Amino acid sequence: MTTASTPADVARAEQARATDGASRTGSSLGYLRHAAGKLGGALVSLLAVLVTSFFLFRIIPGDPVKAMTHGVPTTAEQLATLRRQFGLDLPLWQQFTDYCAKALSGDLGTSFQFRAPVGELIAEKLPATLLLTGVAVVIYSALGLWLGTRSAWRHGGLGDKLNTGIALTLWSVPSFWLGLLLIIVFSVGMGPIPGLFPTGGMESGTGETGFGYVLDVAHHLVLPVVTLVAVGYAQTLLVMRSSLLDEMGGDYLTTARAKGLRDDVVRRRHAVPNALLPTVTMIFINLGHVAAGSILVETVFSWPGLGGLFYQALSVPDLPLVQGLFVVFAGAMILMNLIADLLYPMLDPRVGR
Amino acid sequence: MVTKVPSRPAAPRRLLRLLLATGVAATALSAVPQAAQASPAASAAPVAQATADAKSGGATLTVAVSQSIDSLSPFLAQKLTSTSIHRLAYEYLTNYDAKDARTIPGLATAWTPSADKLTWTYTIREDSKWSDGKPATAEDAAWTFNKMMTDPNAATANGSFTANFKKVTATDPRTLVIELKKPQATMTALDVPIVPKHVWEKVGDFSKFNNDQQFPIVGNGPFVITDFKVDQYIKLKPNKTFWRGAPKFDELVFKYYKDGDAAVAALQKGEVSFVPNLTPAQAAALKSQKNIKVNDAPGRRFFAIATNPGARSQDGRTFGNGHKALLDPAVRKALFLAVDRTTIVDKVFQGHAVEGEGYIPPRFGSYFWKPEAAQKRAYDPAAAAKVLDAAGYRKNAEGKRVGKDGKALDFRILCHATDPNDKAIGKYLQEWWGKLGIGLKVECLDSVSDPWVKGDYDLAFDGWSVNPDPDYVLSIHTCGTLPATPKDSGATDNFICDKEFDALYAQQAVEYDAAKRADLVKRMQSRLYDTGYMNIMAYPNALEAYRTDQIKSITTMPEAAGNLWGQDGYWSWWSAVPTASAASSDDSDDSSATGVILGVGAAAVVLVGVGVWAARRRRAGADDRE
Repeated sequence: MTTASTPADVARAEQARATDGASRTGSSLGYLRHAAGKLGGALVSLLAVLVTSFFLFRIIPGDPVKAMTHGVPTTAEQLATLRRQFGLDLPLWQQFTDYCAKALSGDLGTSFQFRAPVGELIAEKLPATLLLTGVAVVIYSALGLWLGTRSAWRHGGLGDKLNTGIALTLWSVPSFWLGLLLIIVFSVGMGPIPGLFPTGGMESGTGETGFGYVLDVAHHLVLPVVTLVAVGYAQTLLVMRSSLLDEMGGDYLTTARAKGLRDDVVRRRHAVPNALLPTVTMIFINLGHVAAGSILVETVFSWPGLGGLFYQALSVPDLPLVQGLFVVFAGAMILMNLIADLLYPMLDPRVGR
Repeated sequence: MVTKVPSRPAAPRRLLRLLLATGVAATALSAVPQAAQASPAASAAPVAQATADAKSGGATLTVAVSQSIDSLSPFLAQKLTSTSIHRLAYEYLTNYDAKDARTIPGLATAWTPSADKLTWTYTIREDSKWSDGKPATAEDAAWTFNKMMTDPNAATANGSFTANFKKVTATDPRTLVIELKKPQATMTALDVPIVPKHVWEKVGDFSKFNNDQQFPIVGNGPFVITDFKVDQYIKLKPNKTFWRGAPKFDELVFKYYKDGDAAVAALQKGEVSFVPNLTPAQAAALKSQKNIKVNDAPGRRFFAIATNPGARSQDGRTFGNGHKALLDPAVRKALFLAVDRTTIVDKVFQGHAVEGEGYIPPRFGSYFWKPEAAQKRAYDPAAAAKVLDAAGYRKNAEGKRVGKDGKALDFRILCHATDPNDKAIGKYLQEWWGKLGIGLKVECLDSVSDPWVKGDYDLAFDGWSVNPDPDYVLSIHTCGTLPATPKDSGATDNFICDKEFDALYAQQAVEYDAAKRADLVKRMQSRLYDTGYMNIMAYPNALEAYRTDQIKSITTMPEAAGNLWGQDGYWSWWSAVPTASAASSDDSDDSSATGVILGVGAAAVVLVGVGVWAARRRRAGADDRE
């Protein structure tokens, strides 16, 4: 799997600059080479994920057939039928070749417990997860960037202390606990606070369509997003704050000030752009996590997303479903890393030259 | 000249500006749901209410569920939520009386076995219709059973019921004849949904057909499944032509709450009418609440400690790594004598359980059994120590019991990581058995089935939900359920194989006289108790709660003091009567909420607007100056 390669890339870029000098010729060719290399790496990673996911989940203990039929009157014939339906009666190598052949043609198999194609099950739940965690990541990245910049710029001040203090406190709060608290206060209502939001789910199921449906979903979205943002923005804030602090000692800032530039221009035009790289990396890693969602928050708010599906798949274990989800989660990470890798040269031309 | 210092070309700067702008836009967008929600919500509310009124005009019974539907096909579904819903959508041949769980007519009005006990003739009722208007006949029942007998995929879920069937025929639309290979006592407890032949004969591959694409789903039960959204809801409407009479609520919705506390919050808010499977703490918290009734009902489960009696397969081979000392009846007896069941009921279940002894919970009165005074293993740690001393398990210098082979009595117990009761009882056992000089390691796993099937355990926390017909829970302790070879996994619960128990099992399976069969079942429990492989510690209660301002009355099972969720029948939801206020469902308290949302949303929009405007102005100013 490609790891988040910023630090390495930045180091490499520094090195390249030191040895290579500031030659600007052939930079578009350089970019293409950079892109092709990253793309190739991503494809190899994806292939590795496909293969390892098969064996990884064969190691975890648990007999899917026994787990699924626990508590239900079952005869030996029924158990045999289930094993045959699931392909568990075949030798491991044959299961593996079947899996590979299918996976390469885009078929992730059929879920043991839901009897439906894994791809279909994931596609059914992916939008819900993308909506919830996607909105949350965008909000908390923006919020973290903004507050982190402010904190660093006036570091040591009351605002900074308050800001980081609140962020760190929220960061250490368990998300399910905060979620439950929000439900009790803003859903059920407490004292003068009326119950504003639904206690769970993604829609009321009253058969709304069109704009009404969008509103209904948005109404259900508020509390889970607030939970995710509250426990998530501290990370961006802290990274942004510390990397901006690193930049703030820079001579170029003194120079910029000496030029007579206004303080906020120095910040926005000179300091922040330089401090942004590590934060952008982190935002992309977070975007990679978006597909995996947040099992805890999805559970507390009964959000019909992939997190809950993954939990159910693991508890059996529903091998095709676990494998499929693993591939999707890892694939999302690979994709986001790839996008980040492709973006870096645009943010900082020293990379990938 | 100094301008070159930060050496940043123009392109990235533009990109950054774009990124920042995106950030601002995202913040704005994030506010939009609230804002957008707000303004139209005010106008949407009356519309929504109007449509709701136009649609049903009425009372909705909402049940919180947590378990996903595995399949809506009665031939595949294994999970309790799915099978409970099938009970509502399809009529079975027979049903169980809400009062005492005895067999009463369902799709069949009468049934008679032949003299040789091998042929059963059922009379199918004339007044049961499929929800598409076609009559439900013996032909449908015969087709359902024949499909299960000939297509293994169709036997996936309920194949155990038809495994002993030889031939099933519909001699006429009202008569169903089932011929058996050997007598079978469960012929009046065939919990198999009968499906409409004219719909299901079009299905190709039964292993893949989930019955969840076309709604409403044709059935003949009290309710018709009308809508389903994975892990969101399942909706049912009353079957107006149901032969026993239509249900009183206008809609029944099973809504997903994956978190128990969130479900309780939804009950408090009135978003759901009923919540099952409460913890003692949740029940205590709900007890004092207005408009909520907590139902603390006798459960249908038993909760036990099982020992590994030496895992073995039918071909006589032994496997697994169970502690050999547990093969000694004296050791098992001593262990169980040192289990204080009263403390477990009081402390772990906080009083919401009944002390256990026999295998079948007292709820099933006719099969309930208690040990006689002479055979009873009451809590007596002193006696336990004596038993161990007499059997030669002496304490060594460190106070640990050591067997004749010099091996210390150090056991492991398999515990379900997801069950707090297992962990709590594990702690007590460590204390009680520790005093005897016996060590215990509590091994909590997410999935215990793997070591269990392989026989890699000494002791295990065990529990089963018992059906009105006890045949199945008894069968899992017969020798016939052992795995064929050590590599297979059988239907056995924990490798018990006892000739005397098996002989009694065989007798009860062919005994059609209810009283005589009950006596045999009790003798089986007595034998199981004496062999000492299992210690039934408690019968946990079913804790559930519902809103009295939505449900006026509802039938529990058993009727006197029973439960509502997971009944052996459709009594609870079929019988539920809405209160007058529920029937005229109003969303009055939504209006104040709407106002607040409106305010918050508008404020957010204004704030974001001002922010964006200010940012643009400052940027423009900065650009000018730079």
